Amino acid sequence: MGLMDKHAVIEKNATLLLVGSLLVVTVGGIVEIAPLFYLDNTIEKVEGMRPYSPLELAGRNIYVREGCYLCHSQMIRPFRDEVERYGHYSLAAESMYDHPFQWGSKRTGPDLARVGDRYSNGWHVQHLTDPRSVVPESIMPSYAFLKNTPIEVKDFSTHLIANKRVAVPYSDDMIANANADLMAQADANVDTSGLEARYPKAKLGDFDGNPQQVTEMDALVAYLQMLGTLVDFKNYDEAAGYR
Amino acid sequence: MKFGTEIVALGLFAFVALVAAGFGVDEPFRQHMWVLLIVLLGFITILLRNTSFAAPAAIDPSAYMDGPIRYGAIATMFWGVVGMLVGVVIALQLAYPDLNIEPWFNFGRLRPLHTSGVVFAFGGNALICTSLYVVQRTCRARLFGGDLAWFVFWGYQLFIVMAATGYLLGITESREYAEPEWYVDLWLTIVWVAYLVLFLGTILKRREPHIYVANWFYLSFIVTIAMLHVINNLSMPVSFVGSKSYSAFSGVQDALTQWWYGHNAVGFFLTAGFLGMMYYFVPKQANRPVYSYRLSIIHFWALIFLYIWAGPHHLHYTALPDWAQTLGMVFSIMLWMPSWGGMINGLMTLSGAWDKLRTDPIIRMMVMAIAFYGMSTFEGPMMSIKAVNSLSHYTDWTIGHVHSGALGWVGMISFGAIYFMVPKLWNRDRLYSLRLVNWHFWLATLGIVVYAAVMWVSGVMQGLMWREYDEQGFLVYSFAETVAAMHPYYVMRALGGAMYLAGMLIMAWNIAMTILGYQREEQPMPDPVPALQPAE
Repeated sequence: MGLMDKHAVIEKNATLLLVGSLLVVTVGGIVEIAPLFYLDNTIEKVEGMRPYSPLELAGRNIYVREGCYLCHSQMIRPFRDEVERYGHYSLAAESMYDHPFQWGSKRTGPDLARVGDRYSNGWHVQHLTDPRSVVPESIMPSYAFLKNTPIEVKDFSTHLIANKRVAVPYSDDMIANANADLMAQADANVDTSGLEARYPKAKLGDFDGNPQQVTEMDALVAYLQMLGTLVDFKNYDEAAGYR
Repeated sequence: MKFGTEIVALGLFAFVALVAAGFGVDEPFRQHMWVLLIVLLGFITILLRNTSFAAPAAIDPSAYMDGPIRYGAIATMFWGVVGMLVGVVIALQLAYPDLNIEPWFNFGRLRPLHTSGVVFAFGGNALICTSLYVVQRTCRARLFGGDLAWFVFWGYQLFIVMAATGYLLGITESREYAEPEWYVDLWLTIVWVAYLVLFLGTILKRREPHIYVANWFYLSFIVTIAMLHVINNLSMPVSFVGSKSYSAFSGVQDALTQWWYGHNAVGFFLTAGFLGMMYYFVPKQANRPVYSYRLSIIHFWALIFLYIWAGPHHLHYTALPDWAQTLGMVFSIMLWMPSWGGMINGLMTLSGAWDKLRTDPIIRMMVMAIAFYGMSTFEGPMMSIKAVNSLSHYTDWTIGHVHSGALGWVGMISFGAIYFMVPKLWNRDRLYSLRLVNWHFWLATLGIVVYAAVMWVSGVMQGLMWREYDEQGFLVYSFAETVAAMHPYYVMRALGGAMYLAGMLIMAWNIAMTILGYQREEQPMPDPVPALQPAE
């Protein structure tokens, strides 16, 4: 067989083998991934998406740090049972500012894409502190230490700037007020009009029930309480959103 | 040996770690840099203690360089025990959640330790040490680059230690099987490029006209992992003295980049590399030639071309565009063929030597590995069909599938290769005990069967419970009820894993005794053939 004999050329030339195999393995990625960056219909047009507020972003970083994504997905599939259990199926647009994405791959626990506003702050704090005290069947670890860990803020604007560098539209105003916004969102006694203008629908208040300090528990609950709440699905038109 | 340059370089590196520990902007980063400093000081101490001013023994440039391979074999054993032990621990945590110890030993921090420990520490060391063993012997050439192989070995161990301690401290990018943060990724990139240079350089100075098929697989594994690692880990650090970075891509693009990487960590790290292992050690142990040269050409090119497309099957029915999902599904199904091409080439290599299955427990282990490879490369394409995936996704079925591949294929073929290499590397006549290999074989096989079967049942049951409706059209089960239903399966799964770990411990004992030069007095295997009895 002629073609097979020609293979001896590659077998005798290591550079050819290296370059040949590298070329062969690049094709799939180029065809599948590259178009997602320029095809407009990859991400729907929706109202309401905005970058995370500093406190939400800090909470999200704790969610990532603790590996929550290993047991909880944030991606509702378009099936009857999932939509009834968790709410409207997830849109690509809803994770457009997620660096990195948190869709997850396993549901040891329930999906969290729309957990925001479903439970009270107090429920979340109790559940994170002692999961089996509110859900007896739960096999979730306890995260009581979050309540006792004040959040390490330093200069939080650096986090917003890093996100801006990867194309999240944080304005100069948002960056300048990063630290103040972070503290204000968890404080029931300060003026939050600026914060609310910058981050519409942001949940406000003392999340962990401890007004003395802003803890990691405040940040994580603030993040959980906003999950899936930005897009108003009462006014979402599937056909109009499709591009 | 004098290690002047190495000690100075490590000293500078340690100083940088100390500065970073002082100026770090977040607590986990500062802790991580202290860990790095201690590890580097440990390295320096070892080098200082081994310094000798006697004239170094002359190196025979025609002899094989086996030092890093011997260390690699021991590292494979060590990390194998660690990774699988953590696996049993997290399996028990799912069955008995009170075993979580916050914050460092919660499930969410231990699971990456388990996956990286088994895939990259155990599997990676097995791949590096066997590839360096194979490339020298099939090229009839000493490793390229002098002490480069030592840099690759120790550099890789440093990567493992930094990744593992980082997970416990909560330093993660949350990209499955690519969790280490940006600075650990940069270090791995340096080590990996050195590995590529080492491997390719050795091939280039070969004294054989042809490059042996095992080396095609090893080479494509090394170069593809380099590409996947660099692209998937593109991220923007918050600070040069901080652990946190934000992924370069977001949402749907980030998801597909990650699973393009994730699936090909399976395809190239856990498949192509270990096929290289199969192509050398199975023919050697069976003392038969590879079954078909043509089949090896076809399945090599088909495998590496098709694998890279399969990533989207991890994102079926998500917000990833349908065209990408369908494309991923079609290529995943096509992938069945080259996978089985490899399985057939491996199994049929035994033609004419099938009797060895009865007499040689090492061959038995290798054949079981290839059988599990065939099983899981059938199961994979089946699960990538969207209708099947709608049930299996998010459930334990996926976990069972991964383990039949990792324990059955990756684990067993590595065990076979190590059992083959160790007596030769240390100039021993034989292993300490073949009967212990047999014990290992049966514990491992039964462990996998228990594990996979239990996860099938729990996965399918979980998927069906989630979508169960009653006749009035209401969902039957709350989520919490489906969690409670999993408990007995999680207990049994931990038992299966513990059996596999027990086999691994027996192996570690057997290998250690072989290295120390002992031979167990035992009845030879196979058992003496019983005298024929006349029929009554």
